[in-house]
Order: sequence, then structure tokens, then C-alpha cells
Amino acid sequence: MLSPEALARIDREIAKYPAGQKQSAVMAALRIAQEEKGWLSEETIAFVADYLEMPPVAVYEVATFYNMYDLAPVGKYKLTVCTNLPCALSGGYHAAEHLKERLGIDFNETTPDGLFTLKEGECMGACGDAPVLLVNNHRMCCRMTRERLDALLETLKRQATENTQ
Amino acid sequence: MSTLKLGQMILKDCDESRWRLADYEARGGYQVLRRILTENWSQERVIEEVKTSALRGRGGAGFPTGLKWSFMPRQFPGEKYVVCNSDEGEPGTFKDRDILRYNPHSVIEGMIIAGYAMGASCGYNYIHGEIFEVYERFEEALEEARRAGYLGENILGSGFHFELYAHHGYGAYICGEETALLESIEGKKGQPRFKPPFPASYGLYGKPTTINNTETFASVPFLLAMGGEQFLHLGKPNNGGMKIFSVSGHVNRPGNYEIPMGTPFSELLELAGGVRGGRKLKAVIPGGSSAPVVPGDVMMECTMDYDSIAQAGSMLGSGAVIVMDETTCMVKALERLSYFYYEESCGQCTPCREGTGWLYRIVHRIEHGQGRVEDLELLESATSNIMGRTICALGDAASMPVQSFIKHFRDEFLYHIEHKRCLVPPEVQWAGSDIYVEA
Repeated sequence: MLSPEALARIDREIAKYPAGQKQSAVMAALRIAQEEKGWLSEETIAFVADYLEMPPVAVYEVATFYNMYDLAPVGKYKLTVCTNLPCALSGGYHAAEHLKERLGIDFNETTPDGLFTLKEGECMGACGDAPVLLVNNHRMCCRMTRERLDALLETLKRQATENTQ
Repeated sequence: MSTLKLGQMILKDCDESRWRLADYEARGGYQVLRRILTENWSQERVIEEVKTSALRGRGGAGFPTGLKWSFMPRQFPGEKYVVCNSDEGEPGTFKDRDILRYNPHSVIEGMIIAGYAMGASCGYNYIHGEIFEVYERFEEALEEARRAGYLGENILGSGFHFELYAHHGYGAYICGEETALLESIEGKKGQPRFKPPFPASYGLYGKPTTINNTETFASVPFLLAMGGEQFLHLGKPNNGGMKIFSVSGHVNRPGNYEIPMGTPFSELLELAGGVRGGRKLKAVIPGGSSAPVVPGDVMMECTMDYDSIAQAGSMLGSGAVIVMDETTCMVKALERLSYFYYEESCGQCTPCREGTGWLYRIVHRIEHGQGRVEDLELLESATSNIMGRTICALGDAASMPVQSFIKHFRDEFLYHIEHKRCLVPPEVQWAGSDIYVEA
């Protein structure tokens, strides 16, 4: 279900915790599974549960509690824009509006070509760098002017075309 | 790109290119640990120095660190844990991110010393999921420390053993609450535990545990190097040391400023380049989004320390200073904060789960011209039914902005209700808060 590489990475996480506390690795295991699969299906969650010897419902609880896990398919690039107050005072809303207009979608929607999903995020702890957004949860883009937003979309589109060729 | 503007202690002489072990050692890093281990300091001596320094928890609560450390049953055998809270998600706060990316070894050294002082041999640093690149860097820093013999068995030949690991969050503000954070490390939903028992007696995996903020741990090597007394004198009595203030919102130079405790707010504002576009200061949230808002003119009279901000009716909290100018609609600002708490309530306690929804919906309807005159009373009643009736402080954190915004800007709320629109015209609001990049 998951590749040997992913399982090796999960094993390294398990080793961080005391014997008998495999469950502590569940957040990392779900993250690694999501990186590989793109999102967390019920099968993936069940697989992680089996691997960590946890009841599937306990893994499902974790997957639904933390909002960076995706329980439904998302676009190739998930863009999460922070609009919390400190960001909003420095263009958080403006950045989100610009992306909505450029992509022709609203929050929680995916472009018809399946490339982009747009999400509204809560505080990412980078308020001094507003506007801030995350690409696929892990890459933080800071001080995103309209020009930088356009350039980011262009780069990602180019990346996607190169990957499919 | 660096948000670091001024570092006088933890953030001094470090940046994107100077975060590695060799850089930290060149700045004197790990010398204090070496001294403690080779001179065979007693645990009490370390804790006494920390007490003398008047270092108070930098995560928001401001609890005296030395006192917290003394609660650990260090003389009893058995596993104990030291946990670092780097789950920095309080709107306005972004200091721990800079500490971890520019000076990760200061946190590692502080945690090793804490482990030594409290008889713990294992630690975890819980890092906010949204700063994943910082988590990856911290893992690299840990590897450097292991290779250099600062972590693991028999550290520097002393017989002391300490291991440290990084654990990442994945999007839940509540995990910044220390017992929710412990649940999260245990691989569960991050829902806070009843206290007592406190973590010092029943913490991670049911073992005695001490949890401190990133900046608190990072301060430890510095305060021990200079001595507790000297550290105290950097700040003011009962408010020792340097503090990193994260300044965001309507200022010309948003960023982190590490300055002595007790520095006048007006100086901090000046360091941050003053209010953008020469506009007038309207209000400041001085300690992260959960702290009560303070009108601009009152704030200009404050100094940046726990006691002065408390006198002004607010909290220094995490040192996150959110600056709002005259173009800010206070109803809209509160609406966004209320939405945040509604979204992040973990759902465990009814007053918070239901109450944060009430707060958001009422403020939302006032902002959208559907408010009723009795709504302000309703908001006050809702907050008093949330506060003090929940397991953790999220309910209080959601209520304090509501109470303070209404207290100080009641006219603005009433204007919204009576005229179905804002005192500040929308085009002015948008102009004041457009995408801003300093020159």
C-alpha cells in the first residue's frame, strides 16, 4: 500500500518514541502517507492503523482533527492562504482575492484542470512576513505581492507540464 | 527572507547562513553545558540561577521558569521528560520560528541543561506543522548535536545521558495548550487534559514532565553564561532579561525585535518603523490575539513588560504586538479573530464549542449590517458563560478580545448596528490593509 521508502521513513519516526508507544508516530505516518498518495483515503488510514497496531478509528480521529490532512482529493498544488488578523492587516485578503481571480475559483475549490486547490488558512506563525501562503503544506511563501503570486502560479504550471512530459 | 530586525541575545549574530553548530560554537555555544558538566554543578544550583534571573515563561503565561523546574520530582528515579512547546500559532506570534531557523542550537542546549537540572533523560520539541521547513532544519541541528557528542549517552564524558527528538504538529492551534500538546505527542487528538494532575506529576506517557516555550529554553544558556543576577538586570525587577517582540500589522518594518524587558512601547514602535503611511495609531493587541486590545494612546504610555501591560488591562502574553491604524474597522477585526477561535475550539467543552460559535455569529451579523441593539449585551453574557467554565484557556482566549473590543470601541459597534455600515468607509479600510512590502 505504501512504498518501502515511505515505510522506512515511518520506521525512523517510530524509533523516536519509547518501546510500546508506536502510536506517537501516527501524525508523521499520516503526513508521509499523504505525501505519497496525495490525500488520505479510508484505505490509506486503515493501512497506517494496521502498521502502527492502532484501531482504525483512532487514526481516523487524528486525521480529522488536524487540518493539514486532506480527507478528499485536492489539486496537484494546494495553496493555503492565511487571512487571520495580522495577515489581513497586511494584504492577506488581497492576496487571497488575487488568487481567486487568477484561478477562477473560490476557497475550497479546485481548478478544472486539477492543478490548483485554494484553501483559507489559520495562523501559520509567520505574521511578520504577510501575506503568507503554503504550497502543499510544507513550502512557505512569504511577502507575496501580486507579482510574486503571478510568478508562483507560472512556475507551478511550468513544473506540472514538465512533470507530465 | 529575514524577518529578523534586531537581536541582542538569542537572535544576535545569527541568520539564515549562520544557524549551524559551528556558528553557534563560534558564538560561545555549548560552553555553559560544558561548564555545568565538567564542574559537576548540582541540579539545585542550576535551578537557583534560573530562579534568580526572574525568567518567566515566554509562551504567554509568564510563569516563573525556575519555580516550574523546581516542581519536578527530580530526586525520584524513573523516566521524566522535558518538552519544548514550539507550536507557535497564536495570531501575531512568530518569534519561535526565527529562533528555530536562525539559532536552533540555543534551544537544544537549553533543553539539555533543563534535562540535567530536572533529572530527565529524554526530550521532545513539538514544532508547529505549518513551519515544516523549520522542523526539517531542527532535525538537522539535532543530528549535528548528536555527532558532536552533546546528545546521547555519556555527554562530554560526564555520565549524563539525554536524548532529544522533534515532533511536528499538523494544523491545530489547541496543541499550543501544554496538555493538548502532550496528547498530540502520544498520537491522539489534541484535546486538553483536566488539571490537576499537573504535568510535573503526570505528563507525557504519564511520567513527570516539564513543558517550556522555545524562547524560554533558548534563554537558559544565555542567562547561565552571564549569571541569573545579570540577566535580571537586563530587564526590570520581576521581569528579567531580554524578550523578543513580534511586531505585525500596520507598521513600516514588521519583524522580530529582541530588546530588554521594560522598553517603552513607543520605542518599539519606532524600531518597527512607526505606523505605515504616517497614519494615526488606533489600537494595539500587545500579547497575541488572545490578549485584550488596548487603545493606541494608552499603549503609548506603556512599557513592554508583564507588569506594565497588566496595569493597562491586557497581557504581555507571547510578546506579539499587533498594530492597527485608524483605517481599521474594529468590528471586522474582531469578526476575524472570533472566527479563528470558533474554527480552533477542540469541541471538548460545551461552553467553548457552542460559545465560540455564538460569538462569531453575533459579531458576523453586526459586521454585516444585521446586528441588533441587544447584541452587545448578548455578547457580554455569552463571554461570561464561557470564561472559567472550560478545561483549558481557549474559551477565555476567545472571550477576552470580544470583551475588550466592545469595552474600548463600543461606539463603533453601536454605529454598525444603527447605521448598518462602518464608520471607516470600506475603500479606506482596504487601502490601509493592502499588500505591503517595505521599501
